[in-house]
Amino acid sequence: MIEVKNVSKSFSGNQILFDINVIFETGKTNMIIGASGTGKSVLLKCIVGLIQPEEGKVEFNGRSFANATKEVQTEVRREMGMLFQGGALFDSLTVEQNVMFPLNVLTKQSQEEKLDRVNFCLERVGLENVNSKMPSEISGGMKKRVGIARAIVTKPNYLFCDEPNSGLDPQTSIKIDNLIKDITDEYNITTVVVSHDMNSVLEIGDKVNFMHQGRILWTGSSDEIGDSDVQELNDFVFAGRLMKMVKGK
Amino acid sequence: MFDKANNLSARSFMKSLGKFIIFIGQIFVRRESFRTYVTRVVDESIKVGYNSVFIVVIVSAFMGAVTTVQTAYNLISPLIADPVIALVVRDMTLLELAPTITAIVYAGKVGSNIAGELGTMKITEQVDALEVMGINATSYLVLPKILASVLMFPVLVIMAGFVSIYGGYLTAQITGVISGNDYILGIQMDFNSFQVTFALIKAVVFGFLVAAISSYKGFFTTGGALEVGQSSTNAVTSSCIAILAADYLLAYLLAPLLTP
Repeated sequence: MIEVKNVSKSFSGNQILFDINVIFETGKTNMIIGASGTGKSVLLKCIVGLIQPEEGKVEFNGRSFANATKEVQTEVRREMGMLFQGGALFDSLTVEQNVMFPLNVLTKQSQEEKLDRVNFCLERVGLENVNSKMPSEISGGMKKRVGIARAIVTKPNYLFCDEPNSGLDPQTSIKIDNLIKDITDEYNITTVVVSHDMNSVLEIGDKVNFMHQGRILWTGSSDEIGDSDVQELNDFVFAGRLMKMVKGK
Repeated sequence: MFDKANNLSARSFMKSLGKFIIFIGQIFVRRESFRTYVTRVVDESIKVGYNSVFIVVIVSAFMGAVTTVQTAYNLISPLIADPVIALVVRDMTLLELAPTITAIVYAGKVGSNIAGELGTMKITEQVDALEVMGINATSYLVLPKILASVLMFPVLVIMAGFVSIYGGYLTAQITGVISGNDYILGIQMDFNSFQVTFALIKAVVFGFLVAAISSYKGFFTTGGALEVGQSSTNAVTSSCIAILAADYLLAYLLAPLLTP
């Protein structure tokens, strides 16, 4: 479980996050949704420690993280896996080397053990025979899947995904969503997904947190979204024609 | 008004210097295993050292050739013996040309490469990916580059010295401005071995400056492709200025040791 307590953040006097309080539960796909520029990615970066919040704290199963020492942060981070928006694969390494990278640096496993784990993770995300390819030689969807394989290779307790569907076609998006959901259920991990894709929210969101102008305005399950009386959430959810049609029915 | 502008630029310089010192301090904390660094240093040494051999050899050979021809035409006098030309070529090569000119070329090739590589990694979130894995990205990425540069640049300077002096010898033979025997006699005349030590001290300092400044410029890149290009340019400019300033400082401090 991850608890975000009273987190605030500003950049050059511009307040981005206002006293955020939210709990991300274990074994669930926790979504953070909202329009562009509402502070979703900043909140995610505060949670994983890439940005230091000015106020408040983040606790991973009771362990304080955001303002902890670098050593404690390193210890907690080694239990994290993260899928970045663009994949963030290392350009100079092959797919296999990318996925093996965390094992090389963080573990003392033999080459054979590492290779077995890498092949297992690549198979798990539906990628075979791409081990020797460079990131520039594979598609956007494949990059995301390699990113997921790299994120889960160390068997993390926490999985973070920043806009996992951005730039992908609807079919590939659904595949990535289902993969994230399956991995969360299978390994019983705490997954936090930042997205503004409503298909994604309805597909895999166990618990949804809606952000607007740096504040969490609504929290609930994906089934409850349509019944919300929060105007900003309704404006966001039913902005698209497809969702308006769904609402109409 | 000028005072205010000077104050602002001085404050900006001090702020950058402070940030640079903190950045360098960060590479020594939360280090990974020794084995990780050995592999990385070997990889980086190939990139910064082996891959720079060609350009260093070309530049040094012409540097020696030009120095020989220019010195020969400027020392046409019955009072000056021919071997003195080779002596001048040797001293200029060891004291200034081999370490400093090679460092400028090195900053252009390796410095821009380091800044471009780190800048691209920064804007594509590869640096963040390392941090999230619990790896100190500054130490993991930058320390091996600095170590490789400090180890390999002196090797390049030694190579540049040999090639430059040999380039001068070949030019002397081809053009006939000085005989081969006189050249060999000249490069052995009044030789002070501290000149080599001096060149190597400069090489270590310049190697560190190029790698550290370029890494710093690359590491703090924000934005997109345009800013990566700007970081590379800034890395080369700042490295060249730092090399020249350090060259002056080292000359001021160590030159007295050259005099017998």
